[in-house]
Parts: sequence; C-alpha cells; structure tokens
Amino acid sequence: MAKDYQQDFGSIITSKTSFIDEIINLARKSSIFYLLFGLACCGIELMQTGGPRADIDRFGSVPRATPRQSDLMIVAGTLTYKMAERCRLLYEQMAEPKYVISMGSCASCGGLFQYAYSVCKGVDKLIPVDIYVPGCPPRPEALTEGLMRVQDKIVRERWFTARQRIGQAEPSLGVDYKVLA
Amino acid sequence: MTFEEIQQRLAAKFGERIGALAPANKDASLVVPPGDVVEICRFLKDDPDLAFDCLMNLSSVDWPKKNQIEVVYHLWSYAKQHAFILKAQLDRAKPEIASLEPVWKAADWLEREQYDLMGIQFQGHPDLRRIMMPDDWVGHPLRKDYAEQTQWHNITTTRENSLEGYVRLDELKKKAAEAAAAKKEVLQ
Repeated sequence: MAKDYQQDFGSIITSKTSFIDEIINLARKSSIFYLLFGLACCGIELMQTGGPRADIDRFGSVPRATPRQSDLMIVAGTLTYKMAERCRLLYEQMAEPKYVISMGSCASCGGLFQYAYSVCKGVDKLIPVDIYVPGCPPRPEALTEGLMRVQDKIVRERWFTARQRIGQAEPSLGVDYKVLA
Repeated sequence: MTFEEIQQRLAAKFGERIGALAPANKDASLVVPPGDVVEICRFLKDDPDLAFDCLMNLSSVDWPKKNQIEVVYHLWSYAKQHAFILKAQLDRAKPEIASLEPVWKAADWLEREQYDLMGIQFQGHPDLRRIMMPDDWVGHPLRKDYAEQTQWHNITTTRENSLEGYVRLDELKKKAAEAAAAKKEVLQ
C-alpha cells in the first residue's frame, strides 16, 4: 500500500484540471482535522497518537473540539446505546466531505461486549465508516496507519474534473457521490 | 461494634421486627421487613453509638425460583469504623420499597440504578428515572428472565458473525494439494 501512496505523487498530469485536483487534494490530505471523540480506553491511545511520540500533527492532523470544524471523526471506544444517538448527531453536524475511522474492536463490532445489553454492536450500524482499525486498543502506530489510509482515499478523489461532469456519478470517489453544482 | 452487637441493639429498639443474623458464621446480614426499612435506617444513622453515616452500596438480587427480589444495603460508619448489611425481600411480580433518599443522599443514584436494571419501584424517590439505559428502553436487563429487544431506534441489537462460512485460503490450498497427491497415488 505504501508504494501505491507514492505513486499517487508521481502520477502523470494530463490536463490542467487534474493538476488542480492534485493541489486541492494535497492541501486537504495535509489538514485532516479530527473530532476528539474518545469514548473509552481507546481514547487514551488516541491522545497518545496526538502526543509527542506518535505525533500525527506531522500529517497536519490536529484535534478539534467541535464537529463543525472537523473533517474526520475517530470513534474511539465502546459505543453505548445512550451515546449512539449523540454519535449520530455529531456526525450529522460535520460538514461534507467527512470521513469516519472506527477505532478498536468495540467501535467496529462491539468487541468484548458482544453479548452486553447496553453496548451498540458496531458504529457502522449508525453511520458509514471509511476505515476500521482493529485492536484492543490499537497502538498509536495502527491509528497512524488508519489516518494514512484516509489520506489515500482523499488523494484519489477528483473534485475539479468532476465539476465538469455535473450530475454524473463519480466512480473514482470512495463514496458514490453525485456531483452537484 | 460487631455485627452481633448491632443486631442486639436493633432488637432492643424494634423488638420482634428484627430477626436473627443469617448466616451466623460469616458475611452476616439482617433481613428486615420492607415496610420498616426507613425507620430502621434512620435509627441506624441517628443513634450516637451506631452512627452509620455512609450508605456504601445499594444492590439487589433476583431470585426467580423463590419469586422474590432482594434489596441489599451495605452500611458503613466513618465515625465508629464498623459496617452492617441489611436485606429486604420483595415480591418479584411487584417489587416496591420505600426510598432511602431522605436518609442518605447517596441512595439517589444507587436507587435509580436498581430501578433501571432490576425494575424496583422506590416509593418517595424524588427523581426515579433510568440512569444507564436510554429512557425509552424496554425491560430491566439484570432480571434473570430478561429478553433483549431485537432493535432500538432502528439499530439492531445483535451482530451477525462475519466469520460464519469463512474459509481460510491456505486450508483450501492444502486440501487441493492433498487431493492432487491422492490422485497421483491412484494413477501410480
């Protein structure tokens, strides 16, 4: 995967519009602000990922305290039913384009609390998830890897080229957006 | 004071309403009539020799065969450094008991928890709402006969096993290799 990522940098520019897309995506992928949404022990690893050793600030990724300024939601930890509604609300408050990382086995599938009465069995029952990071909890390296996969996804998106084909589905996008005016 | 001394003290005050400690050898507790809980607890708190100023824990046990729900009160005295355990047995079909919130403020959330998970109605409680589960949840999860609803707010409460029907690629290859070897043997 790392090789693919480098190839994206070295892609052949065929037109001005694709060049503009490259520039836009370079800016977007280097400023993924994530929503601080630590729910359980994964939240501690999330803090470590932002700390000096793993330091995802070197990818231009910094925590935001409000969903309205965030591009990425990292659901870190056990999601209870009571929190599930709030989680959906926070996701809906984020501005498009938005991405979701499900961090840890609890957020991905309920994990350890598979038969518990109070835990939602996976955040993907509520909101679309882009990247699943397994682990209990995942190490900061794993979360950094997850962030890089989100960057891969962003790099592949075509905004300017897509604008010229308004109304058509854009297959190169991760999500099946229809580009509107 | 020991458990026995506290029990004797209560028996002297309340007479026949106070039974014997059970079991006598270890972890003794006292079963009290549900109607008298507030009166007994107020005495335990206000008496200068007993001085139970702390409600350590309030929990409950479900006994479906005995058809009862047992409320357990763990008391502690910071002043005298002694503990005591009270139990009250309620009818399982309609578990109701007076709230201890007027005696110890700590009972507020503990009673809400027991109401939420076990469905005990605490009469006289100022704010008896669910504390852990969502407000519109159906049922009380710690009852022995609890059956979880299949979905809540369009979220299904179970997750299908994604490993069901999952076949490992290396096992498939191994099987194919074994089959090929068997074929070879037959040919030879």
